Amino acid sequence: MSAVIEYAPLLWQGLLTTILVAVLSGALCLVVAFAAGLARLSRHRFISWPAGVFIEVFRGTSLLVQMFWLFFALPFFGIQLHPLTAAVLALGLNEGAYAAEVVRGAIASRAKGQTEACIALGMEPALRLRRIIIPQSIPAMLPPFGNVMVDLLKNTSLVSLVTVADLTFRAQMIRSSTGQTTAIFLTILVLYFLLSYLLTLLTSWLERRYALDRKALVAQRKESKLMKVGAA
Amino acid sequence: MIWDNNFAVSVIPLLLEGLWVTVKITLLGTMLAAALGLFFAILRRLAIPVLSPVVSFFVVFVRGTPLLVQAYCAFFVLPAYGISFDAFTTGVVVIGVNYSAYMAEVYRSGIQGVPKGQWEAATALSLPGTRTWGRIILPQAIRTVVPMLGNYLIQMFKDSAVLSAITVVELMATAQAIGSSSFRYLEPLTLAALLFLAISYPASRLVNRLERRYAPQH
Repeated sequence: MSAVIEYAPLLWQGLLTTILVAVLSGALCLVVAFAAGLARLSRHRFISWPAGVFIEVFRGTSLLVQMFWLFFALPFFGIQLHPLTAAVLALGLNEGAYAAEVVRGAIASRAKGQTEACIALGMEPALRLRRIIIPQSIPAMLPPFGNVMVDLLKNTSLVSLVTVADLTFRAQMIRSSTGQTTAIFLTILVLYFLLSYLLTLLTSWLERRYALDRKALVAQRKESKLMKVGAA
Repeated sequence: MIWDNNFAVSVIPLLLEGLWVTVKITLLGTMLAAALGLFFAILRRLAIPVLSPVVSFFVVFVRGTPLLVQAYCAFFVLPAYGISFDAFTTGVVVIGVNYSAYMAEVYRSGIQGVPKGQWEAATALSLPGTRTWGRIILPQAIRTVVPMLGNYLIQMFKDSAVLSAITVVELMATAQAIGSSSFRYLEPLTLAALLFLAISYPASRLVNRLERRYAPQH
């Protein structure tokens, strides 16, 4: 255990890098998910087809291959990415492709009546999407999005293989300099577990916050009001 | 010339060898995961004091930690306690145990989906527990989870690339080795990506069809 305490600052830095990578690639993932998911639903074939190819290619090959490709193969085209950039791009695009399917599925399963009502009210397609369809689809997207984000968090460990100094990278460093393998790896296992547990808690809080079921929401509010009254 | 065609063709046999190792890992890993996952799911369902909660925690813990770190643990930590296998075996066991946690959840949903009347009928006929499970519950539960197990098989096929980090010489490690020895990464990495795609895309199409065929028929 002494190595863990001695090298705690290093592990802390690694943890911060892991969180940074997760936040950056998570943001990219969301952007990619909505862009590709909506494009996939487009009626124009020259928009939906490229989105489909993007989704299938990034879902069909392994994340590690994509990351290595961006890091080692792209320089042959004269583009040398910083390891962190390559890592965030690969993670964001890969998980974004999975999340795009979530967006597509959630929007495609919306009741047709909503779209028809929007058309009857003379809403423009963009407004329809922005004000009606997407807000209604979000509750259905949240649980699978939560899974994608936990996956993304766990996959940030792969960035250590393209020399980004994240938690796993630091652990490997400390392992090779101290040889205290068990303590170090158990520590980072627990840290990763805590991070993904926090993420699950966040998702379930968001799910409750954005529940479509208004009746349940109203009942919940009444209950909390009653509790406040009771407390007073 | 950025893309060297002759070089690309010359590395294909090596990459195919790597692909074969990847396929072997996936098949063995899936068998291990399917068996172990079923075992975990049944243990959880039986609600044995101490044991069932421990299994539940194990499943949640494995699902909450990265495969790469688990692989490092098995590769670097276990030998310190005198347990050591070659990289290939370690890789299969790690990925099998990792996916068993996911499959346990799949089986659980399958078992939960079996109508309550089936359990009651088995009790009414006073069937022993082993026959209730083996002849009544599991055949119905597994039928609905086959396509989901297929999805995990494809996922495992892609995830097995992670095992290159613990020196398992599969497709990814082969591509990397070719790249570092020839200083040309473009061709081996692109071909490796295409090989992954060439197998996983048709496979996921197949699973989609299975999904429709094995849909629950109540």
